[in-house]
Amino acid sequence: MDQAVAPPAQAVRRMKLVCPAGTPPALRIAVDNGADDVYLGFKDETNARNFAGLNFDDKSLREGIDYAHRHGSQVLVALNTYPQPSTWRKWQAAVDRAADLGVDAIIVADAGLLAYAARTHPGLRLHLSVQGSATSHEAINFYHERFGIKRAVLPRVLSVEQAEKAISRTPVEIEVFGFGSLSIMVEGRCALSSYATGESPNTHGGCSPAKAIRWQQSPRGLESRLGGVLIDRFGEQDHPGYPTLCRGRFVVNGDTYYPFEEPTSLNTLELLPRLQAMGVAAIKIEGRQRSPVYVETVTRVWREALDDCAREPQRFRVKPAWQEALAGISEGHQCTLGAYHRPWK
Amino acid sequence: MNATRPGTMKLALGPLLYYWPRETVLAFYRDCARWPVDTVYLGETVCSRRRELKLADWIAIGEDLARAGKEVVLSTSELIESDADLRTMHSVAGNGAFRVEANDMAAVRALAGKGPFVAGPFLNVYNAGTLALLAELGAARWVAPVELSRDGIAAVVADGPPGIETEVFAYGRLPLAVSARCFTARYNNLTKDHCEFRCIEHPDGLALDTQDDQHFLVLNGVQTQSASVHSLVAELGEARAAGTDLLRLSPQSQHTGEVVAVFREAASGALAPHEAAARLAPLMPAAACDGYWHGKPGIVSVGASPAPK
Repeated sequence: MDQAVAPPAQAVRRMKLVCPAGTPPALRIAVDNGADDVYLGFKDETNARNFAGLNFDDKSLREGIDYAHRHGSQVLVALNTYPQPSTWRKWQAAVDRAADLGVDAIIVADAGLLAYAARTHPGLRLHLSVQGSATSHEAINFYHERFGIKRAVLPRVLSVEQAEKAISRTPVEIEVFGFGSLSIMVEGRCALSSYATGESPNTHGGCSPAKAIRWQQSPRGLESRLGGVLIDRFGEQDHPGYPTLCRGRFVVNGDTYYPFEEPTSLNTLELLPRLQAMGVAAIKIEGRQRSPVYVETVTRVWREALDDCAREPQRFRVKPAWQEALAGISEGHQCTLGAYHRPWK
Repeated sequence: MNATRPGTMKLALGPLLYYWPRETVLAFYRDCARWPVDTVYLGETVCSRRRELKLADWIAIGEDLARAGKEVVLSTSELIESDADLRTMHSVAGNGAFRVEANDMAAVRALAGKGPFVAGPFLNVYNAGTLALLAELGAARWVAPVELSRDGIAAVVADGPPGIETEVFAYGRLPLAVSARCFTARYNNLTKDHCEFRCIEHPDGLALDTQDDQHFLVLNGVQTQSASVHSLVAELGEARAAGTDLLRLSPQSQHTGEVVAVFREAASGALAPHEAAARLAPLMPAAACDGYWHGKPGIVSVGASPAPK
């Protein structure tokens, strides 16, 4: 290694923007609008957005990597579900494919698969998926010491203070969620979906799978069911949302309400200077299942915001136009700081 | 493998998942000393705000149970968020008296290479590769995730490291999810930091129904459980055949000792599966389910367990 070069006094900390690519067009749009990293998955249950019409085969991935690299972006492949005994070889093969195609990193949750990847492809950069449920620096350092992970995605359960402490005590780059659909449960620790449908993110790469959903018009309103379980009932005034289990309306002691959460989106724009100052390495945008328009809008807005923040963090202000653009594509059209904001707990 | 010989499985009482008053907990474990369980898991695994018992109290309970001939295991929290949570985890991991069940990778790191530990149900062991890694670090036993089916467990056991014990969640409301947010506090319009410890009012969880009156889940503070009671009492032959060494029974506020007794008789072969299911039904706080075991939605009831009256 060359001699250490002292960073300039006013070193510009620049957080990477990590954008979702559910499809090849979304990948190009993310790259064109300034994503530093795009993340994507193969067309099977090796990733947590295993939905029809989404994801990449070898050919489209090769083209995607080529396009991204020509424009200075990196490609991360999510292999972020848990290999089941009967399908272990498929996950192994997916790691090999990703390595052979020359992806820039793989995002993995399963410890056994991380061990395999580290052993078989020592040059392959490893990121710990949010599905790995590493909620402390000690858990993150476990993965670092065992498998040499370079980056970890923090579960969306920590407050800013907790995230800051984790960052200061690990050599691993920390990526946090900035925007998108908010999971109320700890990622990698939720089996609600399989309880109702037999399939969960851990086992099949998807929560509340589309094939388990039924919409029915009833005398009491439009009903959404998941695996036969009534998730919600909508009147004329309501905006029926996707029947994700933890966003349903249920009854507790006679009260009908959202016992887990209102349908909201996470949006941490206003926290950017803080996140940057505390050393967050990358900001992740959720939404591989969302449309190219969504990817275009979030990437454009967040690129601008991150650039503003990197240039002049003290003077950073959230522009109304950004919030307006993001509100238009948010689920539930309502944004929240989630767990980053302590009173939320 | 011998599907007709369930007799060699041990019974384990899982950690108490609910928040009960101190005296209730102490009485529960005094009774437990007389129950035919081999292993007892102790400690607060759900919420660090629950403080009716401190670690020293759990260790004192453990000493009494150990004197009564039980194997005692202290369990770490299923969710670590704060420095205080980490300190608690290290106190449990380094307790010096009892074996420890690790429920997250920070705990695994603290226990690795320091003697045998139990790889808990929240470590997401879905395959033999992950189990081999944990065995290498010192896991002497693993508890399968509740989602993993009979066939899945059998496959992990078949391809997994030799000598490691397999424990299966065999009775109780299923711990399905954990959150940073407290849903019992939310129900009471309170924040988690000012929750007033209201989950102490719900010794078996707070019932959550669908809008068409299906009993669906129960809220247990930051944890969400199934409303139905997962039971493998009619499937113990299969459990043994799949490689199960221990059956985990989860504490409930009423009849836990009787539930243990039924499982003991069923596991020894003294009680036929349908008889065991019939004996168990009136002891359960809700209807039975066993779908996960059969590779189906967890809520489904496939086996011989009849619904309670």
